[in-house]
Amino acid sequence: MLSVSGVHTFYGNIEALRGVDVEVAEREIVTLIGANGAGKSTLLMTICGNPRATTGTITLNGEDITQRPTFEIVRMGVAQSPEGRRIFPRMTVEENLRMGAVTADPQYYDEDRARVFDLFPRLKERVEQRGGTLSGGEQQMLAIARALMSRPRLLLLDEPSLGLAPMVVKQIFEVIREINESQKMTVFLVEQNAFHALRLAHRGYVMVNGQITLTGSGDELLANPEVRAAYLEGGH
Amino acid sequence: MEYFVQQLINGLTLGAIYGLIAIGYTMVYGIIGMINFAHGEIFMIGAFTSLLTFLVLGAAGISWVPLALFLALAITMLLTPIYGWTLERVAYRPLRGSPRLAALITAIGMSIFLQNYVQLLQGARNKPMQPIIRGGFELMREGDFVVLLSYLQIFIILLTVGLMIVFTLIIHRTALGRAQRACEQDRGMAALVGINVDRTISLTFVMGAALASVAGFIFLINYGVIDFFIGFLAGIKAFTAAVLGGIGSLPGAMLGGFLIGLIEAFWSGYFTVEYKDVAAFGILVLVLIFRPTGLLGKPDIEKV
Repeated sequence: MLSVSGVHTFYGNIEALRGVDVEVAEREIVTLIGANGAGKSTLLMTICGNPRATTGTITLNGEDITQRPTFEIVRMGVAQSPEGRRIFPRMTVEENLRMGAVTADPQYYDEDRARVFDLFPRLKERVEQRGGTLSGGEQQMLAIARALMSRPRLLLLDEPSLGLAPMVVKQIFEVIREINESQKMTVFLVEQNAFHALRLAHRGYVMVNGQITLTGSGDELLANPEVRAAYLEGGH
Repeated sequence: MEYFVQQLINGLTLGAIYGLIAIGYTMVYGIIGMINFAHGEIFMIGAFTSLLTFLVLGAAGISWVPLALFLALAITMLLTPIYGWTLERVAYRPLRGSPRLAALITAIGMSIFLQNYVQLLQGARNKPMQPIIRGGFELMREGDFVVLLSYLQIFIILLTVGLMIVFTLIIHRTALGRAQRACEQDRGMAALVGINVDRTISLTFVMGAALASVAGFIFLINYGVIDFFIGFLAGIKAFTAAVLGGIGSLPGAMLGGFLIGLIEAFWSGYFTVEYKDVAAFGILVLVLIFRPTGLLGKPDIEKV
């Protein structure tokens, strides 16, 4: 479904991605793990065309989207819950959800809204509250909910567990599995919380300094000694 | 008291013009963070477009006043925004992402260009127009002094308030308004939810220009004389109004417009006409010293 090949991305003079190849198949959950600053978030943003890949190609369902404007890529069925959550701070929870549904058919709005409130009952209590006044965890839920509102075929999640209590993390990962199975949604997930992410994902990639160094199934990577030493045993 | 009421009415009429122009400044600032100094010229072009439309309507024999007013207003609001749209497309969009100073200097350049464009096409002389709405109510009388609320002033204030209501509803209730607010709050994220940011910015210029053109229309029928230079002072005053109300804030722009109008009217009435601009700008300086974000502007406090 998504294919990234030989992608280099620059921020000014800094080469953030140095020839990245990633494949995500239909209905898969694929995770990308790596340390802070490895380029994980840059890869997600590059897929959406901001910043643009300097070299290499990105295709979505066989179509080259490397040079497409961001909003067109999104309208092809990609949604992202980005790094830093980026909730619209002076809009209410409701309006944030409406923004998520910009590209969706309006007839599904009520149904989808009810569904994300089912997943995150907390948001329902806060529906008239402004996004900027939510707690970090609530903003994270809202960012994911907003991404779901567009009924994406490919969901890009940047550190959905960041700043959340372990209970909530568990809940969010369950939600991801649930939507992947019940709605046939493809998920590409960036995580520092490698243990949970690898357990959830079908396959995983490890990124170091803007390059993919390892790939394999979730279980293989979990068992890999290098991965264990670098990303698992230190933190957990 | 009578004199006070008369100046209040005059001030509100003047404030309507400033308020309508100020909305364009504040919206453009909100969405792309630049001061569009050519916006006053859009107001001036609106006044000229209205005048030309009235002349054409007159030549075509449409003399029933309500119809003529409606047609002139509609045509002005339709044609003038083309300038606003072109301005953004040609002069500002290529500079998006470049330093603010570049955009600012370009805006001043476009302002000078548009002034000269109209001067060249229409000539430098004053253009007069016959008043088309006459008469009014006599509200109060004291001796020889009559407080007059003209039909024209009623029309202007109703038109302005009506437009401001419609406009506020567009911003708060429609998909376009939400898209504009989203672009204002986080342009990158707005694109990530599938909003065509360039198109939204274009539409913002179009809406701002439409309101400025109404201000030009009002200026024409209220004062009856226009020239190619009216955009300069009105633009600066409206910009002052936007800053006074809190730049980026829509209700602020409307409030600021009315306040500047009232300050000018009262200063002219009770002190000296010559120094009315000093009064308006003096108030601005005071507000900025004690409330740098303007009356309704809020400093951005956000939880991260």
